Amino acid sequence: MYKIDTQNVDFYYGDFHALKNISMQISANTSVAFIGPSGCGKSTFLRLFNRMNDLIPGTRLDGKIYIDERDIYDKNENVDRLRKNVGMVFQKPNPFPKSIFENVAYGLRVNGVKDQSFIEETVVDTLKKVVLWDEVKDKLKESAFALSGGQQQRLCIARALAISPSILLMDEPTSALDPISTGKIEDLIHQLKQQYTIVIVTHNMQQAARVSDKTGYFYLGELIEYGDTRKIFTNPEKESTQNYITGRFG
Amino acid sequence: MIISEQKEKKIDSRKRLTERAVFGFFTFLSYLVVAILFTILGFIIIKGAGVISWDFLTKAPEDGMTAGGIFPAIVGTLYLVLGSSLISFPIGIMSGIYMNEYATNGKLIRFIRIMTNNLSGVPSVVFGLFGMALFVNTMGFGDSIIAGSLTLALLSLPLVIRTTEEALKSVDNSFRHGSLALGATKLQTIRRVVLPMAFPNIITGLILSIGRISGETAPILFTVAAYFLPQLPDSIFDQVMALPYHLYVISTSGTDIEASRGMAYGTALVLVSIVLIVNLLANALRTYFAKKVKMN
Amino acid sequence: MRKFIEKIVEGGFLISGSVSSLAILLIILFLFKEAGGLFNSPVVEDGYVVAVHKDNPVKHLSAEKIMDIFDSEITNWNDVSESEPGIDQDILVFRFSDLTNYYAEEELGDEFQYVPDKISELVSKEPGIIAFFPAQYVAKDFQGRVLADDKISLGDFFGGTEWYPTSTPAPIFGLLPLLLGTLLVSFGAILLSLPFGLAVAIYLAEIASKRTRDFLKPVIELLAGIPSVVFGFFGLVVIVPLIQKVLNLPVGETAFAGSVVLGIMALPTIITVAEDAMRTTPSAMKEASLALGASKWQTIYKVIIPYSISGITSAIVLGIGRAIGETMAVLMVTGNAAIIPTSFFEPVRTIPATIAAELGEAPAGGAHYQSLFLLGAVLFVITLLLSFTVEYISSKRKI
Repeated sequence: MYKIDTQNVDFYYGDFHALKNISMQISANTSVAFIGPSGCGKSTFLRLFNRMNDLIPGTRLDGKIYIDERDIYDKNENVDRLRKNVGMVFQKPNPFPKSIFENVAYGLRVNGVKDQSFIEETVVDTLKKVVLWDEVKDKLKESAFALSGGQQQRLCIARALAISPSILLMDEPTSALDPISTGKIEDLIHQLKQQYTIVIVTHNMQQAARVSDKTGYFYLGELIEYGDTRKIFTNPEKESTQNYITGRFG
Repeated sequence: MIISEQKEKKIDSRKRLTERAVFGFFTFLSYLVVAILFTILGFIIIKGAGVISWDFLTKAPEDGMTAGGIFPAIVGTLYLVLGSSLISFPIGIMSGIYMNEYATNGKLIRFIRIMTNNLSGVPSVVFGLFGMALFVNTMGFGDSIIAGSLTLALLSLPLVIRTTEEALKSVDNSFRHGSLALGATKLQTIRRVVLPMAFPNIITGLILSIGRISGETAPILFTVAAYFLPQLPDSIFDQVMALPYHLYVISTSGTDIEASRGMAYGTALVLVSIVLIVNLLANALRTYFAKKVKMN
Repeated sequence: MRKFIEKIVEGGFLISGSVSSLAILLIILFLFKEAGGLFNSPVVEDGYVVAVHKDNPVKHLSAEKIMDIFDSEITNWNDVSESEPGIDQDILVFRFSDLTNYYAEEELGDEFQYVPDKISELVSKEPGIIAFFPAQYVAKDFQGRVLADDKISLGDFFGGTEWYPTSTPAPIFGLLPLLLGTLLVSFGAILLSLPFGLAVAIYLAEIASKRTRDFLKPVIELLAGIPSVVFGFFGLVVIVPLIQKVLNLPVGETAFAGSVVLGIMALPTIITVAEDAMRTTPSAMKEASLALGASKWQTIYKVIIPYSISGITSAIVLGIGRAIGETMAVLMVTGNAAIIPTSFFEPVRTIPATIAAELGEAPAGGAHYQSLFLLGAVLFVITLLLSFTVEYISSKRKI
């Protein structure tokens, strides 16, 4: 049984054929990195897992995507609940114009949690989990905008984790951050993959090598190669993968 | 799992229900607003259509403004629109050029912008007061086309400036740099490169401002508008009738308000038609210029 | 040579650029110059005096008191003032035109040369008299006492509760009924149009499909272009009779009618400004909310509205500004009774409507004329404050 199972996925933006016949299986509690040059479709593919592409008018999907053996594009699928189970962290830190506390509590509140003590407990636990607690414990009521970029991104991860998802999607989560903040987030990903299935899109080859168990290489909307990270980086099967990894293009 | 499956289902359905109810309500309100607009337009078009005739458009009012036409008011409004445009367009366009192309002093730009914003917020009746004090009394023009045009020009100035500024802003800087790099002076660049590219947006904005000016009543009340003046003006120092004021007069203080109703509906329709035509014209020009740019 | 021409043209641009600033300054200058004159005007109509018997202890009378006396609202000198000691004497009102009731025409002389003496005689004879007559007929050895030549004060205007600009002998210029009327109608308008305006803005920004939006936007812009006098006319022939009938009122021309018409007119401003503000919400923020399992509506009221709240506030303030300054439509539908409003369903009169209705009848330079400029100045200051509020809000917007 796979956590995420995609079968022959084709995806179109209007006439543009963005993803071509992609089948990929991801096991629970592993971390998978998507790599490939800009415009190769890796982010688009990631955003299919929580149906984020639904927001773009004129898109179309063929094929099947199963999460926990449920067809998430089924007519009866509850998108809100799907997204609660599949958390997402974005390229740029995007906290809400609310306090630090309310940012983390947001997901609980919109999903109907009323118990204030439970909310407080969860916020503290989650902030500790992302190693942000010591830095913010005295200013929980202050605006999230007052935090540094790296802190904001950890806050956004906390926000995603607070509603206990089982999958965490990360779309180039460190591309807007400095190296030190990036290091902290990578450490965090390392810890989190014990409990969550993590899918991370990245431009940074070293990052993919450091944080992922498996790696998928995308090129022009196709999944060229998918396998153990160590194998992809040391002994790829396809020449295209080899060229990308060794920096001959991209 | 933070809450039980059953509770989750309940919350989900409540979320969905709230959203559907709220969105349905908003959609309803939006269409209600549109319906109100179409009711107003439709009412005036239907009631006015029966009144409009060749005579109505080309004859002076008769029988205490209960019969005849509105020709002098149409001509008067035409003169006022023309007069105010002649004043506000050059000044406003040049002002916009100065703000966007020349001014480099941040404080000065900010000051002028704040002043322009404030001017656009001044109620039209205050323009009327000011026009009366300055143009009619102090400068001694009396109630006249020139006093009314100057007042209306001031009123429309902020609109013209903003239109020009926005049009100029939409011209990419690379064009300016390209021209300057070829040795053209700043003025040549503006005249030969920037203005032609900004022209479509400027002209549509100006046309819309004409629509606005033709319907203004309060500024002309005490600077030019005549209650009843069947003959046409000889000079810019004469009074004229004007459409918006005429509508006000015959619907509130005419000699026989009930008998004037027909005339009022007709006048209202003419005013609304001006706005409709001006909007359609602006839209048509926008599409025309957009096409032209594509073809080049 | 070419350089020279460039400089000249640039100078021309600069001059044009300064016109709008100059206009504002001129407006302020003229408005306040004319308006300030009001506080140099005497309480009693210019060129006239009010006189009483020389034993009457009353020295000053406010314009309201004078009006009450001449309207026979006050009939005994004891009732004139609570603080100053009065005399228990019925008031005898004497207007200049009453002179022939007391004296035959021949007694007054061919060229009215005896009029000053006769008035003097009359005033000294009647202990309860209050006489109002042209200043030129005050006799050299006048036997009565001319009331002190008070000027209209700031308090009279800004604290005044009555507006009788053409009342004789003493016109009354009290701002409050007009100011309250303006505020009542404007805030009523905003209360009516706000729910509609925000709903439409949210609908256009977040709910409507692109095609619906492309259809609705121009329609709403069109609404903004319709002249206010047409709205006023529509209000007059449709809304006013409807209100009268449905609410069963004695007259339909009420503050409520004004609010309805103004509310419709304020809609485009509120809709476009609020919608623009909501559309500036970064899509990353919307996506973050949706990715957490929030519904679209939750995202709108928990993220988009808080994020764009300053823009929405600007929309509301601009809407209020538009409503407060609106003249013609209000003039045509509110009934124009210059009394302090006690209900939403009574006629009221607003500041702009007062200016528009009365300026034509006020002789240039007189107190009435000046009072209308003062009203204009008040209106100008209010809208200026609103402009600065918007400016301030939008400068705060950058988080």
